[in-house]
Amino acid sequence: MKRRNFDKALAATALGALAPFQIARAQSKKLRVGMLLPLSGYEGFIGQSCKKGSDLAPGVIKELTGVDIELMNADTESNVQTARSRAERLIDEGANVLVGAFDSGATAAIAQVAEQRGVPFVVNIAAAPQITEQGYKFVFRNFPTAVELLRNGLSLVGDLFQATNETPRTAVYMHVNDTFGQAMTKGIDAMLPKLTRLPFKIVEEVAYDPATKDLSVEVAKAKASKAEFVLLVCRLNDAILLRREIVKQRWNIMGIVSPGSPGMYEEQFYRSLGKLSDYCISNVPWYNPKADLTETVDRAFSKMFPKDKLMYNALNVGYTFEALLVAADAFKRAGSGAAQPLAAAIRSTDITNRMMLGGPIKFNAKGQCEGNLSACVENLNEQPMVVLPQAAAEAKPVFPWPAYKRT
Amino acid sequence: MSASLVVNVLVSGVLTGLVYGLMALGLSVIFGVVRVVNFAHGEMMAVAMYAAVWLFTSAHVDPIVAIVPVAIAFFVLGYALQASLINPMITRPEHSQFILLVAIATIISNLLLMEFGPNALSVQTSYQLDSYEIGPLLFDKARVFAGIAAVVCSAMLFAFFRFARTGKAIRACADNYLGARVVGLQVKRLYALTFGLGAACVAAAGCMMVLLVDVTPVVGPSYTLLAFVIVIVGGLGSMGGALLGGVLIGVSEALAGLLFDPAMKSMFSFALLILVLLFRPQGLLGRKT
Amino acid sequence: MNTLRELLASLHGRSRVLLALLLLGLLVVPWFLNAYLLTLAIMILYLAYTGQAWNVMMGFCGQLSLGHALFVGLGAYTAAALLFHFQIQPWAGLWVAIGVCVLAAAIVGALAFRFGISGVYFALLTIAFAEFTRIGFENFQWVGATGGLFLKVGQREHIDLLNLRGPPIMFYYVILALAAFAFVFSGWLLRSRVGYYWQAIRENEDAAQALGINTFLWKMAAITVSAAMTGVAGVFYAFYYNNLFPDQVFHISSSIEIILAPIIGGLGSLFGPIFGAAVITVLGEGITNLVGALGFDIPGVKQVFYGVALMIVILFLPDGIWPPLARRLKLGPRSGR
Repeated sequence: MKRRNFDKALAATALGALAPFQIARAQSKKLRVGMLLPLSGYEGFIGQSCKKGSDLAPGVIKELTGVDIELMNADTESNVQTARSRAERLIDEGANVLVGAFDSGATAAIAQVAEQRGVPFVVNIAAAPQITEQGYKFVFRNFPTAVELLRNGLSLVGDLFQATNETPRTAVYMHVNDTFGQAMTKGIDAMLPKLTRLPFKIVEEVAYDPATKDLSVEVAKAKASKAEFVLLVCRLNDAILLRREIVKQRWNIMGIVSPGSPGMYEEQFYRSLGKLSDYCISNVPWYNPKADLTETVDRAFSKMFPKDKLMYNALNVGYTFEALLVAADAFKRAGSGAAQPLAAAIRSTDITNRMMLGGPIKFNAKGQCEGNLSACVENLNEQPMVVLPQAAAEAKPVFPWPAYKRT
Repeated sequence: MSASLVVNVLVSGVLTGLVYGLMALGLSVIFGVVRVVNFAHGEMMAVAMYAAVWLFTSAHVDPIVAIVPVAIAFFVLGYALQASLINPMITRPEHSQFILLVAIATIISNLLLMEFGPNALSVQTSYQLDSYEIGPLLFDKARVFAGIAAVVCSAMLFAFFRFARTGKAIRACADNYLGARVVGLQVKRLYALTFGLGAACVAAAGCMMVLLVDVTPVVGPSYTLLAFVIVIVGGLGSMGGALLGGVLIGVSEALAGLLFDPAMKSMFSFALLILVLLFRPQGLLGRKT
Repeated sequence: MNTLRELLASLHGRSRVLLALLLLGLLVVPWFLNAYLLTLAIMILYLAYTGQAWNVMMGFCGQLSLGHALFVGLGAYTAAALLFHFQIQPWAGLWVAIGVCVLAAAIVGALAFRFGISGVYFALLTIAFAEFTRIGFENFQWVGATGGLFLKVGQREHIDLLNLRGPPIMFYYVILALAAFAFVFSGWLLRSRVGYYWQAIRENEDAAQALGINTFLWKMAAITVSAAMTGVAGVFYAFYYNNLFPDQVFHISSSIEIILAPIIGGLGSLFGPIFGAAVITVLGEGITNLVGALGFDIPGVKQVFYGVALMIVILFLPDGIWPPLARRLKLGPRSGR
């Protein structure tokens, strides 16, 4: 380890010494960041949420690090081909670094382009493990892979039951049948049997199409399994349908717990369901409500988007912001926006003053940041509240939900 | 698998199917008479849903009540659309019609995106989550209302086409374009009327649908596809067929979801479509042309 | 090759010169393009190729397929899966991919044509098959299901045609060769006996049958040839993009993309799909850049403009843009036909 660091330092110094001889463009004081997000199409609402993070970033980062960021926004239109050509365009227009793209397909395409052109690419949100398994040297991801997400999520489920003194014996596992859902399912099938700490068994598995408009059959099937709670991997729209269907079919369960998926903590969930959104639990990467940087970002967010709240965009804004922070921090250390030194600087990132939960932002040899953690986020008073880990908690966890009738 | 589970699922499938059928009614009328491949059908539905949401959030109009103004508005708009853009396209080959309507669909869904934003919108009526309980059977209130509405609309339309003079004239156009013109019917005007009626049906369906699901700008294409599947299965130009097709699709999806894998529900609808196209292309209740 | 000679002869002096210039231009241009424009050029040629393949079925034989993404997907997944699981190189996998597409086309065709399905119903049938396959692949674990099939991206420095690995410029020349082949092949088909049968079926199937043409056989030929050509595009797609997701590859929007170029360009003509591909790609990018430059960068604006442009073309230029343009430029009575 020490030897490697020494070699890295040597390389960095050597590159640094060569800096004055690099082309003038790289000497510019501004860091030009190509932001690739799905602003229209099926993932439009998520991309636009992430964009709030990138919009507020330059101001906050300038105060924090003194670095000037110039954002070059591009819409991937939730389409892989578009993502690829936009990435090429941004690089041709002088982007020093790319950030994006939420969707795993688009991210994979952009990663290829970045690697080909030798331009660093910092992934803000994308869980497909393969993205950092290609042996790329220019692709970095500050977001847990589906496997890590799941491990953290399941561990938190155990913590939740411990904290509330509950030992449900049976669960029904319901999940979307898309990229994310299938990755999580594979993980659960592999991990759950080994996690002896968890008191429950999965008695029924119900997969459904993420585009479905009707979950009555799925819920009927799940209800018939007589499971005590629902372990759910979902997306926003189906989570809303599911919650409503549970009421309509008068299903008596202890609650809904997600080991790591979007949906139940998003603003639309509260708006559509009102009081019904309460007590749903998601174990997801989240910001540390007690971190200084979180408060800074929160202030900037309220100023720029007075009609919205940071907590409704926690994950999207948080990780997008951190991706830009990584780029800016590396730019500062490299002293230049040229591809090689910038990439090298990113590779040696070590940021402890961060807003998301977890260890310092550091990338391993594959470009993956391994320290990101999840929080147990419960909906209380129609707001997402961190209830675990205790150190970062804003409220106490409630499980089972009050509507549950013990038989 | 208990009997009550199966019955509950079947009932839910039938009710859901009636809602789908109501949505397909409009397409059946349009496709059956005007013979336009309306690939913007789902987007029209989306606009109707947004209209219902807007009326609810701004004026607290219950979606069921909203059917009346929205349907009337859609009738007028549909009439205008047919008279202006679509009439000239009737004689054109199908691929041209298809691209025209795909273009219209793209324009509509992106205008919706620009106007309402990408987030899902919904209504929150008081009875939305209630269900009627009869022994072990549970009937979703909203779905029951939608089902009744579908049957009522269908009956009204049926009566119009059976007994009203204009209705009979429209059927004549559908059966024999040339003959209708020979006897002096103003076919273009009747086509516009038909499109308007079809649009009004979609409007009603949209208002009902908003009680069951949330609306986003991108819901269109899946509804369009579903509507076509139902119309083909049920039979072109047959109102009863649209409802029957809807129920069939609803039930087959429900059973497939129950017995096999819910994630593959839609595969069965497409399989059904393929079978119908092959063995009975005029649909279950359609007439052979 | 009488028909080949006829093809060349049919091009009058002016159009022959222009065609030669175009070919020369296409051969030389990639060296002057930056990476972004090169990506666009590859997209244009890809659309031109698939459009030409689809055109064989529709423009020549009159069978409207709205589910052509089915063949792209099958070709792509077959070649990719063979490499991923059995390390079979693309040039071998290519033939298996073509075989799979031909089989699929034969099934669709046999079912449809035996039962006399045509027109809109046939189009809907193709959509149904594509959707059915899409959902099937979303649950097909062997090729990654919804998680997608990721091909390990190999070296990008030197050209390795056998493994389809190399710099983007290599992919440009591959797709250029394919597009050129499609152009010549279509021209040859059009002037051969098969072509005349197809056109007869397109114009009036009943009359054709009355004349003794075996419409079933020739329609089957149309769909299988078209599918085989499209399958090759799928193989290219797999190795160029290196990741396949069922809901991207088999999606109906992908099918719509394929048919836009020939319809806007001009059905039935040889040059139409190529011209159409250039027009729609330039139009799409042009609108994006214009909208960005004018500061209208609200999500959705670009698609609205794009839709309006399509609408205008369809309403006022029913045969596509190329035929009237060709007549204007006096590029021979039926240049490219």
